[in-house]
Order: sequence, then structure tokens, then C-alpha cells
Amino acid sequence: MYEFDFIRPETISDAVTVLQDDEDAQALGGGQTLIPVLKQRLAQPSKLVSLAQINGMTGIKSVDGALVIGGASTHAAVAMGAGGYPALAALAGHIGDPAVRNRGTLGGSLANNDPAACYPAAVLASGATVVTNAREIAADAYFDGLFGTTLEDGEIITAVRFPVPEAANYQKFVQPASRFALVGVYVAKFADGVRVAVTGAGDDGVFRWSEAEEALTKEFRPDAIMGLSINPMNMIEDLHGTRAYRAHLVGVLTKRAVAAALG
Amino acid sequence: MPKDQDTKDSGIGAASKRREDIRFLTGTGNYTDDINVNGQAYVHFLRSDVAHGRLKSVDTSVAKEMPGVVRIFTSADLEGVGGIPTGWQITDRFGEVMQEPAHPVLATEKVRHVGDPIAAIVAETPEQARNAAEAITLDIEELPAVIDMKAALNDGATKVHDDLTSNLCFDWGFVEDNREAVDQAIKDAAHVTTLELVNNRLVANPMEPRVAIGDFNRATGDSTLYTTSQNPHVIRLLMGAFVLGIPEHKLRVVAPDVGGGFGSKIYHYAEEAFCTFAAKALNRAVKWTSSRSEAFMSDAQGRDHVTKIELALDGDNNFTAIRTETYSNMGAYLSTFAPAIPTWLHGTLMAGNYKTPLIYVNVKAVFTNTVAVDAYRGAGRPEATYQLERVIDKAARELGLDPIALRRQNFVTEFPYATPVAVEYDTGDYGATMDKLIEIADLAGFDARRAASAEAGKLRGLGVNCYIEACGIAPSNLVGQLGARAGLYDSATVRVNATGGLTVMTGAHSHGQGHETSFPQVIAEMIGIPEDMVEIVHGDTANTPMGMGTYGSRSLAVAGSAMVRATEKIISKAKKIAAHLMEAADADIELKDGQFSVAGTDTSVAWGDVTLAAYVPHNYPLEEIEPGLEETAFYDPANFTYPAGAYACEVEVDPETGKVTIERFSAADDFGNVINPMIVDGQVHGGIGQGIGQALMENCVYDDTGQLLSASFMDYAMPRADDLPFYAVDHSCQTPCTHNPLGVKGCGEAGAIGSPPAVVNAVVDALQSAGKDVTHIDMPLSPARVWAAMQG
Ligand SMILES: Cc1cc2nc3c(=O)[nH]c(=O)nc-3n(C[C@H](O)[C@H](O)[C@H](O)COP(=O)(O)OP(=O)(O)OC[C@H]3O[C@@H](n4cnc5c(N)ncnc54)[C@H](O)[C@@H]3O)c2cc1C
Repeated sequence: MYEFDFIRPETISDAVTVLQDDEDAQALGGGQTLIPVLKQRLAQPSKLVSLAQINGMTGIKSVDGALVIGGASTHAAVAMGAGGYPALAALAGHIGDPAVRNRGTLGGSLANNDPAACYPAAVLASGATVVTNAREIAADAYFDGLFGTTLEDGEIITAVRFPVPEAANYQKFVQPASRFALVGVYVAKFADGVRVAVTGAGDDGVFRWSEAEEALTKEFRPDAIMGLSINPMNMIEDLHGTRAYRAHLVGVLTKRAVAAALG
Repeated sequence: MPKDQDTKDSGIGAASKRREDIRFLTGTGNYTDDINVNGQAYVHFLRSDVAHGRLKSVDTSVAKEMPGVVRIFTSADLEGVGGIPTGWQITDRFGEVMQEPAHPVLATEKVRHVGDPIAAIVAETPEQARNAAEAITLDIEELPAVIDMKAALNDGATKVHDDLTSNLCFDWGFVEDNREAVDQAIKDAAHVTTLELVNNRLVANPMEPRVAIGDFNRATGDSTLYTTSQNPHVIRLLMGAFVLGIPEHKLRVVAPDVGGGFGSKIYHYAEEAFCTFAAKALNRAVKWTSSRSEAFMSDAQGRDHVTKIELALDGDNNFTAIRTETYSNMGAYLSTFAPAIPTWLHGTLMAGNYKTPLIYVNVKAVFTNTVAVDAYRGAGRPEATYQLERVIDKAARELGLDPIALRRQNFVTEFPYATPVAVEYDTGDYGATMDKLIEIADLAGFDARRAASAEAGKLRGLGVNCYIEACGIAPSNLVGQLGARAGLYDSATVRVNATGGLTVMTGAHSHGQGHETSFPQVIAEMIGIPEDMVEIVHGDTANTPMGMGTYGSRSLAVAGSAMVRATEKIISKAKKIAAHLMEAADADIELKDGQFSVAGTDTSVAWGDVTLAAYVPHNYPLEEIEPGLEETAFYDPANFTYPAGAYACEVEVDPETGKVTIERFSAADDFGNVINPMIVDGQVHGGIGQGIGQALMENCVYDDTGQLLSASFMDYAMPRADDLPFYAVDHSCQTPCTHNPLGVKGCGEAGAIGSPPAVVNAVVDALQSAGKDVTHIDMPLSPARVWAAMQG
């Protein structure tokens, strides 16, 4: 690790000020991604601005049928506290291990947008809104390729607003080493339609599977997607799975998610 | 061993709790990294990030002026330092000795794998050393990387070592005289089953990464190395004699608590030699702690064989011949015992549990631009077992035979049995372990379980196999003939203290095996005293007799035997003292439950009376025997020991995803006599865990340019508790070893040797049960591979 200053602001505006005044300053959530990066000396921030102490960035509230979760909420807090949205709580409860879940945060995961991370699928499938210090960003306008987002420099995710679907389920097929998602499929059924988001598989990051959404909106049954397939050409290929395998898993997991959502 | 000893609460056969666990489980162990020497500096190794290249220059001019830098060393600064030696020389099938490349401590003209150390930066803090490393400018002309073993042997292939004639280390034939007869038997066979397979490369990944601290005392001229080693005496000998030129009496090697080794901490590594050298050069202690990332690119790795095996059978399904051709990856340099692993520890096991009259094993060892490969839990024996037990399974399927019956028909049943591959099994009962397996694995219930799995949409498969291994390495005169550059005895000094307690110093080294618990059980039993009167000391060349350390399941069979011999000498002398005290004849003295008595009388003296007399010899036969009670014994075994057993694995395969889950795993082992059944269970559990890891998850993969793709736990899949089932293990079938005093055979590697074929056999069985035409899948059987195999 290179040297850095450690700053612990108590308000969002103090944090934003530090981040905007110094372009080499970086926000620190749970550090579950950033600290390993620093240990490997792959980044050299001048300051780490911890979001953990900031009032109002944690906690889970129900507002107009949506669940509003603070950006600095840990995965463990979501797993315990998001009972109003069981599929989301279950997803959070299966991220990493207890140490990761007790440090890692919702905002950190979304800011990082790892192509194999779980939360991006939940946000996209739920049609959630990413709330920052400056604005609100719709899920469909937030993710921008592998590890990319439409956040500006120094912008902080203060909360995420999740509309609660009628039924939902996340199926995660783990990569055997990291236990991130080799492929993860999140299916959310709302009164006005079904959304299906896929993580771990796309070579441009998390994506919506629109053919499946259409078919499932017509008929919310596992075999509604029979005959549909994903083009392997747009899949990731690595040590743990070929493009064809990932494309195949998307279908299998979507079916399973629908079956599980139906209970 | 009588069965009722399983219920003893002390001594041989008791499940005594591991006394070392108190410190291991409460964070109070003393590992090498816990040691800090006053004034120590820290070293960081600048390592190559290319797999193969010509090292044109190393510019340290900026780096050496950086804050905190004490000194930067490159190969030019290591004057008088020898290369890292190899402990075993192979003679090839044409009678030539193997090609043995130089292995410099720091790279000289070339870098040969990602992780090859180029410069060593010594600084006041680890961070300063690392900062300076980043300021070193390297000029490396990249060369094509040699990765694929078969391509490496093509004419005109790029050479890893320019001064060798090719990338072939040796081409070994065993038994060369049988070659033609084997070829003929295969031609004449009623049936030949052929299988090509890969034994995947593994990263050992002990929990504790390697650490080395060099220290130098200018006043005495003594050097000390603290290191994470399985065999401190071997390191002292190799490093002192071959690398640094320090005689043993001026060099002390200490390996304190060691957090697992699995083979990877047997070898003498460049970092150890560097720290010892630099401490003297700088007159200051120098410490290196490996990061996990460094471990992936500098610890010797395991396995990495590509094999074609053929099994010939006659019309009655008797095995008539086996022929194998193996390519064995040595990596870029020869690690300490690398040449022995694919040869003597592999070829000699190709008979397995079967009476195949003719066997020929060919092994081509190849240099590549990858990390060195050496012994990893099982070392050569898992590779042999995997080939043999896979090809037998395939043969049974081809011939429509029950795989268990085919094995039984070919079992060795008479002992001693001289195999056609140069070893002689002293005892065994392979039918008994198979019977026991069938019972504990409840094979009778398999069909019902398969039906239940099918109900749940899963394919259930059953895999069974046998294994045999050669442990307790080994007779020194034999290994000397086979090319070992060391003896393989072990040693113990038993020191009885005046008040009766014993301190036992041994050349074996415990790094998880529980010696501190199981060794005292033996001595306590022999004398008839409580176990806690015996303390084991190991891991420091300054206070233990020369011994060869711990690997190859040898500690109890070899060092334990030395301990028994030394204790016998103690008892013999103590009886003389007792005879004097009781004014009786030596021959009439009996020792039982810590009391010496005169046969046929009620006269007795206690153990403590005798030990006190030995050290306070007021009433003592000084004219006949010396005072004191301390004896040393060295033990050199007459043969290897041959643990053997039968394993069964039941898997479920998810036909939609290819994911394999282990539903049941059973192991029936014959380890001869058992000293501590709980420790034996634990050894088997751990070994099976590693075997399942190899079979389903672990894979060390380089790309074509020699970059390690599985360079961290993000991509190298270690098995975790929830990947593993509860095991049914049994070691009640006991045919005691005939040639060591304890009748023990060794249990440390069995699990890792016996389990991979069981898993793969089970998965193939599951897929075939669903009508899939799958005869083999290479390990690891990841979901992606199994799914791909099912697609045909
Ligand atoms: C062993 C292990 C296993 C894991 N398994 C999984 C898994 O199965 N599934 C999964 O999804 N993830 C997994 N993760 C990742 C984990 O969820 C991380 O917690 C997450 O990716 C990053 O969150 P963090 O709060 O730790 O962020 P940090 O590491 O602190 O920061 C990550 C990035 O986000 C920025 N940042 C942090 N908070 C904010 C914010 N509120 N607003 C704007 N920017 C911010 C930081 O500046 C940094 O660039 C795993 C991690 C580990 C170490």
C-alpha cells in the first residue's frame, strides 16, 4: 500500500467537498474491493474518504411501496433488514463470506460494478433508482460496461430505491474459486411486466434479457422461455466457463428463478 | 492391534487430544513470521513478470538512493554463492544422467518463469523495500515462452536453458529390460484398454506462506536461518554445503511452528539462501515474508503429468501388462526432489494392488517456463494410482464387467509380493479393505439412492477404487542406488530427566501431523507412565539429532522407530540401575506401569527412583555404567511401508449445469497399527479434502505466454468445508508392517492418493447411467467441463 490520508467526514456534503477538491481522493465504502487493490499497489489515492460514519447513509426504510437502502449499508445489514423484499435480502446474504458481508456495502458494490457482482442484477431487474449526492439515476441509465457507471468523479451513492416487485428471485451459480457469480439471473415480476437481469455473463457487464422479459410478461412460467436462447458471442469466456456454457446457464437459471419466484 | 485399544484413554491406540492444538487454535503458536530479530531489515524480491526473457540490464541507480534502502543485491553481488542444488539424479533409459541446469539464487542471464527473482532489495521496512523495487529499471528482451510439454520437445523448440541440448531433462524407462516383453504382451492381449489423461497441476497453498529470516552473529561467526521448513536438517545440509559454504557447526536452521507444507516446504529455496547470505554480508538480520501472490509464483507446485496408459487383459480378464507414457513437467528449474517424483515415487507404484506380471513405464521430464514442480501430498503415487484406477474402471466398462469384481480378480493375495516394478510389498489384505468399504459405504443401498436422486432430477454415480502407496521413505542404501544424494534414515534422542520426565528430540518435523501428541503415546506405553511426562522437541538443528524431516508419511515409521530404539536402550540401562538398587540380577528386572520389579518377588522401585539415581548416583554401579539416562538412535528402514485401501465416492451431477456434488465418501484403509485413531482420521479427512479439491476444483493454469491465469484465490479454487461431505473412514483392517518395530505404515497421504480416481469414476458412472457416451473427463471436473462433456 502507498501512503494516504484517512478522512472520516460526518456529513455527505463534507465528504463530497473533499472528493471534489482533490481529484486523487477516493471514497471508501467497506473496502472489500478497494483495500485489496491498494495492497497490490494498483491504485494510489491521496486520501481515502470513509463513508461509514456518515449520518443517513445507512438504514433501510419503506417509502411508498419502495425500499430505500442507505448507500453505506453493509450486505449483512441488507440481509437482515430487507425483509420487505425477500429476494434482495437473500441475495445480500449470499455475497462473499461473513467478513465480506459485514464490511462490504451496497454503494461500494454498485460504484465498482464488477461484471460478476450480484447487486447490479438486483438493481437492474428491480428498475431501482440510484440516489447520489447530486441526482437520481435510473437503473437503465446507470451501468456502463465492465466496471463502468455513469457516476461523475466524486459523486457518492447515498441510497438506492428499490421498487418491491410482486415476486422475485435471484439465482446465483457460483464461480468455484471466487464464489462471485459465474452467472447470476435476477427475475422480478411487477404488475406492469417482468424484468430479467443477468450478471456474470455479458462481455459488456450486467444486462437485461429482453426476449425473456417479453415472454415472461406474457406468461410467468418457467417454460415460457423454452426456445429462447442467448447469443454466446456476447458472453464472457474465461478459465471457469466458455461463452457457450455461460449462455446455456442464463437459460437454466432464468427458468429456475421463475420457478422459485412462483414459490 | 487389538480393537479394544480404540477405547484406551492413553498410550498406543488412544484417541489422545492433540496437545499442540491449544496453541494453534488460540493464536499462540510461534510461526516463523512471529519471530523478530533485533535490528532486522526486510527484503523484497523483485520478480520477473515475463515467463522467458534475456536479462540485459538491471538498473538500480535510482532505487538504491531511495529512503530506507540498506542495499540492493543482484546476481553480480552474490559472489561465492552457489546455485540451488538438486537432491536426486536420474539415469535415463540410455544410461545417461539427466540434464541438470544451473539454478542461480538470483537470475543471471535469463529469467525463466513469472516470479523468477531478479533483485533483492533490503530496506528498513517492507514498504520501503517495495518502493525501491518499483524504482528499479529492467531491460528484458522477451523470448517465446515454452509452456506445452510436447511442443517443448519438438526439434528447434525454444530452449529454457541455452546450455542444455534440449528441454528434455530425462527420458526414463522402467523397467527398461521389460520393454519388449510388455510390447509383446500388449500385442498378444485379448483386450487392451487405452486412456489418455492429464494429472492437473496444483498449487500447494499451505495456510502459512513461506518466511525466511537470516541472522548472523559477528562475535561467534555463526549463521542462523529461521524458516518455514518440513526438514531443517536437510536445509542446513543443502544450503550450507552447496550454496553458501558454511559448515554445519556454524549454521543453525530453525523451523518452529509451521502452518502446513504438503510437500512445498521440503525444498531448499533461493530466498532462504539469500537471507542467510545477506545477514552475513550486512551483519544484520534480514527477514522475508512471502505474500500469497508470491507463493503462487514461487512455491514449488505439484503433479502436472500428461499420460497415455494401456492395460492389457487376457481372455479371462486377468491383467497381463501395463504400458504407460508420461510427460512430466519439471518447470523452469529442478526443485530439490523433482526428478524423483515422476520416476521412483511413481513408476514403482504402477503395479497398484494387482498382480500384473509385466509393466513398462516411460517418463519424459520436460523443462518449461513455469514454476518448478516437485512433491505435493502423495508425490508420484497419486499420479500412478489415478492412471491405474481410471484405466481399470474403463476396462470394466468396455468389457461389461463389475469394476469391483475385476479388481478383486486381479488382487495380489500372497505376501511378500515382489512386483515387476522393483518393490516388495511386505503385507496387505486388499480383499479385507474392499469388504470393509462395501460395508461402510453401504453399497447395497446405492440403487435406492440412485433412484431417489433421479426423482430429484439428478444423476447419481458411484466410483470405487483401490490404492497402494510406498511410505516411510526409505532404505538409504536403496535410494542411494536410485540416485538420491541423501540418506533417508531418521533419528531420536531420548533424554530422561532426573525427576522422571522425558524430553525427546527428533529429526522429524511436525507441521500439522500431531507428533507432539502421538509420539509421547508410544513412549508412555513402553515405560508405563502418563503421556504428559513426555515432551517432543523438533525443528531446531541446534538441539535435535540429524534427521531427514517429515514427508512421504515417514515420521512414525522412521523417526518413530528411532524413538522406539532409543527408548529400548533407555529401558535396558534403567533396568541395570534398578537391578543395582534392588540388589537383583539385571535379567530378573521387569518394567510395568512405571515400576521396576524383581520377577517373582514383590520388590520394586519406581521409574522416578531409577531416573533420580541416574543423575544423583550416590548408590550406583559407577564401575559398570555411566551416570545419566540419555540415548540416541538412528533408524534406517529395511523397506518402504505399503499402506493400501479401497475408497468409494458417490456423486450427484446436475444434468442442466454439470455441477458435481459429493454425496458420500468412504475410505477403508490399512495403515497397519494405529497409534492415535483420531489423528489418523484427521489425516485421512485432510487428504481426501485435497484429493476432492484436485478432482473437482483446483487447477493451476498458464496461458501460452507463461502468465499464470490462476494466480490468486479469485481464480484458483480451493475446496471449502461446504464443498466436502462428511466422510466414513475406517482403519480397522490392519496388517502390521513386518519390518519396523511399531508395525506402522503411515497415513498422511493416503486420502490424497486414493480419492481423485474415486471421484472421476463416480462422475463417469453418473453420466453413463444417463446414456451419455462419456468415458473420461480430465480433472478438475468443473461444472463447465462436465457440462461440455455431456454435450458430446
Ligand atoms: C472474498 C470476497 C468475496 C466476494 N464475493 C462477492 C459476491 O459473491 N458477490 C458480489 O457481488 N460481491 C462480492 N464481493 C465484493 C463485495 O461485495 C464488495 O464489498 C463490493 O464489491 C465493494 O463494496 P465495498 O463497500 O467494500 O467498496 P470499497 O471496496 O470500499 O469501494 C469500491 C469502489 O467503490 C467506491 N465507493 C465505495 N462506496 C461508494 C459510494 N457509496 N458511492 C460511490 N462510490 C463508492 C470506492 O471509491 C471504490 O472505487 C466479494 C469480495 C470479497 C473480498
